[in-house]
Amino acid sequence: MEDQTKTDIRVGVFVCDCGSNIAGYLDMQALVDYAKTLPNVVHVQENLYTCSEGGINEIKNAIPKYNLTRVVVASCTPRTHEPLFMGACEEAGLNPYLFEMANIRDQCSWVHMKEKERGTERAKGQIGMAVAKAARLRELSRIQLGLTHRAVVIGGGISGMSAAMALGNMGYEVDLVEKSDRLGGLLNDLNLVLPAKEPPSNLVNDLAGRLNENPKVTVHTRSTVSKSEGYVGNFVVTINGDGEDKTVKTGVIIVAIGGRVLKPEGLFGYDGKMVVTQLDLEAMLKDGAPASKNVVMIQCVGSRCAERTYCSRICCMTAVKNAILLKEADPETKVTILYRDMQMYGVENEDMFRRSKELGVRYVTFDPASPPRVEDGKVLVHHLRMGREISIPADLVVLSTPVIAQEEAGDISTMLKVPVNENGFFLEGHVKLKPLDFATDGVYLCGNARFPSTIREAVSQGLGAAARAAIVLSKDALFTSGIVADINPDTCCGCLGCVDVCPYGAINYFEDRGVCQVNKVLCKGCGGDAPQRARRAVRGSTDSPTNRSTRRLSR
Amino acid sequence: MSNEQFEPTIIGFLCNWCAYAGADLAGVSRLQYPPNLRTIRTLCSATVGPHQILKAFQKGADGVFVGG
Repeated sequence: MEDQTKTDIRVGVFVCDCGSNIAGYLDMQALVDYAKTLPNVVHVQENLYTCSEGGINEIKNAIPKYNLTRVVVASCTPRTHEPLFMGACEEAGLNPYLFEMANIRDQCSWVHMKEKERGTERAKGQIGMAVAKAARLRELSRIQLGLTHRAVVIGGGISGMSAAMALGNMGYEVDLVEKSDRLGGLLNDLNLVLPAKEPPSNLVNDLAGRLNENPKVTVHTRSTVSKSEGYVGNFVVTINGDGEDKTVKTGVIIVAIGGRVLKPEGLFGYDGKMVVTQLDLEAMLKDGAPASKNVVMIQCVGSRCAERTYCSRICCMTAVKNAILLKEADPETKVTILYRDMQMYGVENEDMFRRSKELGVRYVTFDPASPPRVEDGKVLVHHLRMGREISIPADLVVLSTPVIAQEEAGDISTMLKVPVNENGFFLEGHVKLKPLDFATDGVYLCGNARFPSTIREAVSQGLGAAARAAIVLSKDALFTSGIVADINPDTCCGCLGCVDVCPYGAINYFEDRGVCQVNKVLCKGCGGDAPQRARRAVRGSTDSPTNRSTRRLSR
Repeated sequence: MSNEQFEPTIIGFLCNWCAYAGADLAGVSRLQYPPNLRTIRTLCSATVGPHQILKAFQKGADGVFVGG
């Protein structure tokens, strides 16, 4: 081991009460006394809350005072609190990788609440192991990277436009890439937006006008992103427009490619004339209300079924909106909505639902096991409450079909190495904690590309994704974690097993030498390649496989 | 033979991404289990080799649990 000599190792142990979460179930004095007996330990301290400002300051004060070269905190779980304590060490001038944690709350006091004595014994064991491991820790350095303070937004719909506008206003150069000939996306195909009954073109033209005037934003229409290389802060993206390739450097990429509306070929006699989709109806309404006097709408066409199990969520609102517009145009028009469940969450949507009922829109539930049948001039449906089939006259049938993923979602997923779900929608890094980030740093998502969204949600997500991206762009330099994998070129057999499993594309194969090498910037130190390492050539940078309590494997 | 009931010491190697998180969740959920376990966080359960398992036994463990 090239560790520092024993005399250099001065361990400070901070034992946390966590209020009564730990102190209520374990013998704290016994833990403090035990820690004092451990090798290399020069300072032991009990804190009421080590993670509080007071506790953090005590760590920061003790490091210079006792000349500590290792810090151990015995408290909760490193999965939540390790970064905080590492930060405290760093601020006090100690390399943050010389920090170790003993989990005596989540994995001790909370699971042994009725066994104080034996629980305390376990906590002693955990602290003993942490102190032993701390002694073997080595300094690691974070890698500093420069970055390009620019953004690429893929998709010029309402969410992409919102993201580009926000970043442009923050002062960052933005390339907004739109595949069609104009900005606006799906909004261009809509008639009116409730509750203001506003044509969506107002919204689109306003935003597009401001984007075109913003000197920071470059709008590329009839363009696609055909290639992307690099990593957070340092991507190189190829934008293809008018048959020409242009490469731009960018720090972040926002995926806002939106979705499209399912065309229900072969369902309910869809023909685009007498049987249409809600999107077709929007186009008809743009030219004035259709002459139809008996309109029947069918919900959940092609969604919430075996093929597409998800609820598209926005089709109920669309149906209710269009039913209101038909009724307002001519109160004599009969509008019936056949539905399974109505999804009208939120204050305004519920008001809209109520208003439609006041106007006389009729709602009939159907059972997906016996779906409605569209016949010439009528729709037959099994009425659940009457217990028999009823016939509803219909000279226009409107099918509410879901928003589905864009065709190019798969290609973009492959290009940016970000995942899509079984329906082709992009998958965020964490459902609750990282809803607008991908697991891959520097790539973000918003709008229909993620999941069918209302305009309001798409705008919020666009603004949110821009804010997330600005966390990267606002920095002068980026630092990567010091915990990364390393491949020993002498033992690497070049089997490429690790390359196949790395979710971050961090491992490259060099044909000339027949070995793999880890890109330390891209590596997250997840350890996923470990099962693949045929000859144990890949190992964590501080891997010391000789002592069970000194293995420092995860950060 | 001693009259005391045999209490094994078990070393648990837990994968940071699943089993270790599961052990934390047991705590958050206040699920109670016997305190014979000593947990060690690993990067991935596959980083635990036969060497470490044997070493654990050598050092006095009565059982080794690899969770991942």
